[in-house]
Amino acid sequence: MSFFKKLKEKIAKQADTVTEKFKRGLEKTRDSFAGKVNDLIARYRKVDEEFFEELEEILIASDVGVATVMDFIDELKMEVKRRNIQDPKEMYSVISEKLIDIYQASGDETTELNIQPNGLTVILFVGVNGVGKTTTIGKLAYKLKNEGKKVMLAAGDTFRAGAIEQLEVWGERVGVEVIKQSAGSDPAAVMYDAIQAAKSRNVDILLCDTAGRLQNKVNLMKELEKVKRVIEREVPGAPHEVLLVLDATTGQNAMSQAKTFKEATNVTGIVLTKLDGTAKGGIVLAIRHELNIPVKFVGLGEKMDDLEPFQAEQFVYGLFSSFMEREEAQGE
Amino acid sequence: MAFEGLADRLQHVMNKIRGKGKVTEADVKEMMREVRLALLEADVNFKVVKDFVKKVSERAVGQEVLKSLTPGQQVIKVVKEELTELMGGENSKIAVASRPPTVVMMVGLQGAGKTTTTGKLANLLRKKHNRKPLLVAADIYRPAAIKQLETLGKQLNIPVFSLGDQVSPVEIAKQAIAKAKEEHHDYVLIDTAGRLHIDEALMDELKQIKEMTKPDEIFLVVDAMTGQDAVNVAQSFNEQLGLTGVILTKLDGDTRGGAALSIKAVTNTPIKFVGMGEKLDALEPFHPERMASRILGMGDVLTLIEKAQAAVDEEKAKELEQKMRTASFTLDDFLEQLGQVRKLGPLDEILKMLPGANKVKGLNNLQIDEKQISRVEAIIRSMTKEEKMNPDIINSSRKKRIAKGSGTTVQDVNRLLKQFDEMKKMMKMMTTMPKGKKKGFRFPFM
Ligand SMILES: Nc1nc2c(ncn2[C@@H]2O[C@H](COP(=O)(O)OP(=O)(O)O)[C@@H](O)[C@H]2O)c(=O)[nH]1
Ligand SMILES: [Mg+2]
Repeated sequence: MSFFKKLKEKIAKQADTVTEKFKRGLEKTRDSFAGKVNDLIARYRKVDEEFFEELEEILIASDVGVATVMDFIDELKMEVKRRNIQDPKEMYSVISEKLIDIYQASGDETTELNIQPNGLTVILFVGVNGVGKTTTIGKLAYKLKNEGKKVMLAAGDTFRAGAIEQLEVWGERVGVEVIKQSAGSDPAAVMYDAIQAAKSRNVDILLCDTAGRLQNKVNLMKELEKVKRVIEREVPGAPHEVLLVLDATTGQNAMSQAKTFKEATNVTGIVLTKLDGTAKGGIVLAIRHELNIPVKFVGLGEKMDDLEPFQAEQFVYGLFSSFMEREEAQGE
Repeated sequence: MAFEGLADRLQHVMNKIRGKGKVTEADVKEMMREVRLALLEADVNFKVVKDFVKKVSERAVGQEVLKSLTPGQQVIKVVKEELTELMGGENSKIAVASRPPTVVMMVGLQGAGKTTTTGKLANLLRKKHNRKPLLVAADIYRPAAIKQLETLGKQLNIPVFSLGDQVSPVEIAKQAIAKAKEEHHDYVLIDTAGRLHIDEALMDELKQIKEMTKPDEIFLVVDAMTGQDAVNVAQSFNEQLGLTGVILTKLDGDTRGGAALSIKAVTNTPIKFVGMGEKLDALEPFHPERMASRILGMGDVLTLIEKAQAAVDEEKAKELEQKMRTASFTLDDFLEQLGQVRKLGPLDEILKMLPGANKVKGLNNLQIDEKQISRVEAIIRSMTKEEKMNPDIINSSRKKRIAKGSGTTVQDVNRLLKQFDEMKKMMKMMTTMPKGKKKGFRFPFM
């Protein structure tokens, strides 16, 4: 069976609405990536050095990262040589196959959250300043509540002005309780309080906000480790997820963020925000490849329902749907 | 960070050339390839890189490099000169309206750091320019954005004008200016909501605020970590609003900051300030040359020197420089320097500015906090004079004694000795670096 057919069948099993929304959200990403590749393939009559150079630029423009792009191009070149490809049109499937290889090299793991069937699930949010941690917590709380879960929020950003109030507004919007202390208090103490409250009120899922911190601030990273330790101590097996929030607008520094936060807090997944803009967030490819951290959600706006679970297949489908249509038309 | 600076990158090519004894055009081409990769890794937009490399290649092939005895250094020099020039001159002026108040609009994407920067700017205007600013809370969308600005206002003791989140930002801006006139504020700083450059409705809102308030400055606030998209964002904001300046935030992180170059190249608007931390006094003038070094991965040596000079006793610094040169730096000197380090600010920030600091093994362990500094001090104080002068004699029984005396462990002592060793190596590295145009090259913090 053709590669694209397999992919399509897989997606067909998922709800149409989700796929649609995903496609819409990624419209710009797809337009600029697949659109550019289409254009490239149309313009060239031969797969030559210049062709590869332009392809390289398209990938770099998506923030995929120089090292990953170079490896990718090298592999493509080998493949082209092996199969003796000359017609640029044949490059559609070669490019997509190889890209998905990068994405899925580390397996097909689901992006489902590790939610405990019984008892309290604790999810910790970490990341640098302004990436969208608090907003994502609001959105995720909304989603989980709609799924029938009892959700509680912990206002662990006691540092940034107005951060507690920001989370409180989200709590009101969604209709879930927020546990807080006064500004400037110890975030670990807030977590302790929140966990006790969550236990006594039979909460299913506790979402813990933390202050944004640049990953090179050693003391602040230590503070975060302490927050995590308190959670570990109070709930065996917790935190069940540590989600690193990354801004799709960020360039190569996102790799450094992923590395350092992973070291400090053993990150289990990524939320890629602001994909409703024009940035592509291509660095998650490299992050997944190098650090094996999967993307679990993407942020597609500032509203309550602008959070979507990340499905590698759908992401790829979004990126390549125009390729697939083309290949089908060619009647494979 | 994993990325190599330009100097390291060129080293490979240089080694090859040295074997041949002659530079060819092919060599230059290969060097240009490295220049390109270094810039791309630093997040400079690929189109900007393309133009830039073309320009540098012309100069390089046009003899400057071909004839040079040290082609690698020559390339770096040419690249750095061109980069600095592209970055523009130093310009951290803020407009003054002929009839007060001067109106400043802060715009940018979500999460760029506008509100914090607005607070910092107000602080700077009052402290350095003796002005009496009014802050305006015009972000009615993000939850608690008004509260955030109000809190900053309270911390700074600078008034904040707000009409809540039910009045349009255009109306808020209008009334704020009336209020400023009434109360004789000479600056009005308008904090607008973060928005996507492709959000037409919200971009229209900014145009209306501009129309209404006739701002003297429109500052685009950009996150220094921004990737390839920086050009789209900056270009779009500039086309729609006509920017007068750019402020780069979160430069206290470990990003190379290539976005600075991209933005300058597409908007041709001066980058005026950089945000260097979360505190309200962490706003500094933008230095093009330092930014060029940083993008090339050559360390922010100048910033470091400036900071060090501001904090350190001249006399002692000279003495130390001498010691560094002659490598007669002892643990005693180290102890003394620790005291001075505290005046410089967080150690990790200082280390980050060192060229090649990311390359030195064990340096990560050097990112010590205050408590660790105290521990190190205790360890050194527990050594004998002889041990301090000549740490090589510290054997395991001495280590045990020192650990006991300082209330630490033998491991702690070992770690310190190892770090001290690394540090000495690094000093050697730095003192053999080319001196450039600055006088009195010194690192008194170690
Ligand atoms: N356009 C867009 N904006 C977002 C998204 N997620 C968060 N934001 C905005 O980014 C800004 C910073 O978000 P916030 O949650 O305060 O970040 P935090 O500092 O990491 O907690 C706010 O203005 C949010 O509304 C997203 O997916 N798309
Ligand atoms: Mg937050």
